[in-house]
Amino acid sequence: MVLELAKPRPIWYIMFSTHHTDIGLLYMITSLAFLFMGGALAIAIRMELFYPGVQFIADSMTFNRMFTIHGTTMIFLFILPFASGVGNYFVPIIVRYKDMAYPKLNAIAFWMIPPAGALVWLSFADFGWYAQPPYSLISSPAPAADMWIFGLKILGVSSILGAINFIVTILKCKHPDLPLSKMPLLGWSFLSSSIIMIVAMPTFAAALLMLLMDRMGVTGFFNPAMGGDPIAYAHLFWFTFHPEVYVLVIPAIGMMYEIIPRFSRKPIFSQGSGMFAFIMLALVSFASWGHHMFATGMSFTEKTVFMIGTLAAVPASAMHVFNFLATMWGGRIKFATPMMWATGGIALFFAAGAGGVVNTAMPLDFITHDSYWVVGHFHLFVFGTIAFGSIGFLYYMFPYITGRMYHEKLGQVHFILSFVGAVMVFFTQHILGLFGMPRRVFDYPPIPEWIAMNQLAGVGAFLILAGSVIFLGNLIYSSGKGKDADMDDPFGLGGKYYYPYQAKTPHH
Amino acid sequence: MGGHSSWPEWIYIGVVVALLVWVGAEAWNVERLVEHIPAEAKTIIVTGQQWFWTFEHEDGTKEIGELHVKKGIPYKFEIGSKDVIHSFNIPDYLVLMDAVPGRINVVWFLPVEEGEYPIQCREYCGLLHYNMRGTLYVEDGA
Repeated sequence: MVLELAKPRPIWYIMFSTHHTDIGLLYMITSLAFLFMGGALAIAIRMELFYPGVQFIADSMTFNRMFTIHGTTMIFLFILPFASGVGNYFVPIIVRYKDMAYPKLNAIAFWMIPPAGALVWLSFADFGWYAQPPYSLISSPAPAADMWIFGLKILGVSSILGAINFIVTILKCKHPDLPLSKMPLLGWSFLSSSIIMIVAMPTFAAALLMLLMDRMGVTGFFNPAMGGDPIAYAHLFWFTFHPEVYVLVIPAIGMMYEIIPRFSRKPIFSQGSGMFAFIMLALVSFASWGHHMFATGMSFTEKTVFMIGTLAAVPASAMHVFNFLATMWGGRIKFATPMMWATGGIALFFAAGAGGVVNTAMPLDFITHDSYWVVGHFHLFVFGTIAFGSIGFLYYMFPYITGRMYHEKLGQVHFILSFVGAVMVFFTQHILGLFGMPRRVFDYPPIPEWIAMNQLAGVGAFLILAGSVIFLGNLIYSSGKGKDADMDDPFGLGGKYYYPYQAKTPHH
Repeated sequence: MGGHSSWPEWIYIGVVVALLVWVGAEAWNVERLVEHIPAEAKTIIVTGQQWFWTFEHEDGTKEIGELHVKKGIPYKFEIGSKDVIHSFNIPDYLVLMDAVPGRINVVWFLPVEEGEYPIQCREYCGLLHYNMRGTLYVEDGA
């Protein structure tokens, strides 16, 4: 158990520690810092698009750099490290081991993130998080693009080290009395997402090296002027990053599996169905990368295969939704802040999945592809599902980390602002896409529907901003001055069910 | 697991799978029809480059940023790029195909109504990507 503020330690004790909860804390604080930095860029982007014409961002290049760093930050510096933070806290507790399997490797994996984050932010590269050649080869200014590539390289290595650590901890350090089939689904989520990570990430690592060598003019893998093929990069990139979508979403689903049963005061409807769905997602995640490339001139057969592969992921996701609803069915639900975030996240997860079916149905993809529909669609996953699950879980962990309670009413206000905001931003972006607005544009012609939709989205973004300010204030104030939490039952649920922090964990 | 019955979940999964099969089959069928290029389609060579579109008709006429076509005649676009990847898009006619350097991608459409329609680039291509726009003029063919 960590009570940082009740029993203060010098900060370097935490920074140079290899204990899993200390590294978990470092992961979470770092990722939250990057969440606010990336969020600031998002607000700037929405403000710029509030009216057609140039508002306050000086030129399109600055705008292009902003959406690039926004995307890179949110995916690599918020979502992944946040999940690692949660995993660091809970995976050893779940498998009843004293620490992660490789504590030093764990610390190394964390400490690769700050320098990599610095590289990404100082680069302020402009080619989108996708770094698509030949644009990234012939058009991107030199130090920025190369710094970004090195930053991502370091982050990739860090993710692989973290994934190895989770897999070994779960499979090799699990208590012999705990069969894998009884392991809580949060542990299963880290097992399956780590396996996906280890299989998928090396491909991107190779693609980045090839891209770097292409940029130096040594090779021409992706450079058509030297006989290369830019579509090859797209294949390598999406072979990593479609499965990566599941790496991002699966831990958030696992976090909801912790929250939902506890606040429904019922056991999970089906442990087996949850495990099966995680394994299914891990397998089929590798069968669908081509749906990102339908418009690159794929043949009909290729598109059909990837459409089937993509649709195959839907039943597994639907099983999770069913499992959540069946768990809540007939339960004595307490809608405290974590439960609100989890249920809101499930609703948006369902909407995101439904939109995904539209994207992969081949003729419809040509309507939505590279339009604002896609922006709305994947934000319903990364914000609506993953950030909702993560933030809900942060509220859930708050008493565990600090020994104090957050302000419950403010947490609920934060949820309501974020949920309404998310619907206003991302649902309207779907409609904006149907009206034909392309993504990644600095300016747009004054079409009345486009203006109206962008303004709705802008207002939604401000609601999310207001919620985030409340969130930050609540975190800072409550961690120092909040009420002492009842550590046996901080949420007043009756204490009948297992709380992870009641597990006896030997401290080293 | 546990004492509850699992048949509602099986029914639910069955319904989801049936819906997906229907969506997939319908998509497959429509795409098969959409991709069938009519034999009488006239060819227009479309070239994307930072940051404008060039069109070359069968008779050798070239246009920049504007494309004039006749109503009721099917056209086949042969799309290529001179520098980076662009995406040729006429939203009102659901024409969308990437312009990839080193490749020629083909897509066709049939203009059915006279008027002016926007042409835009839908794949991020740099500084003036947002302004890589053009106009499609559909004219009476008679």
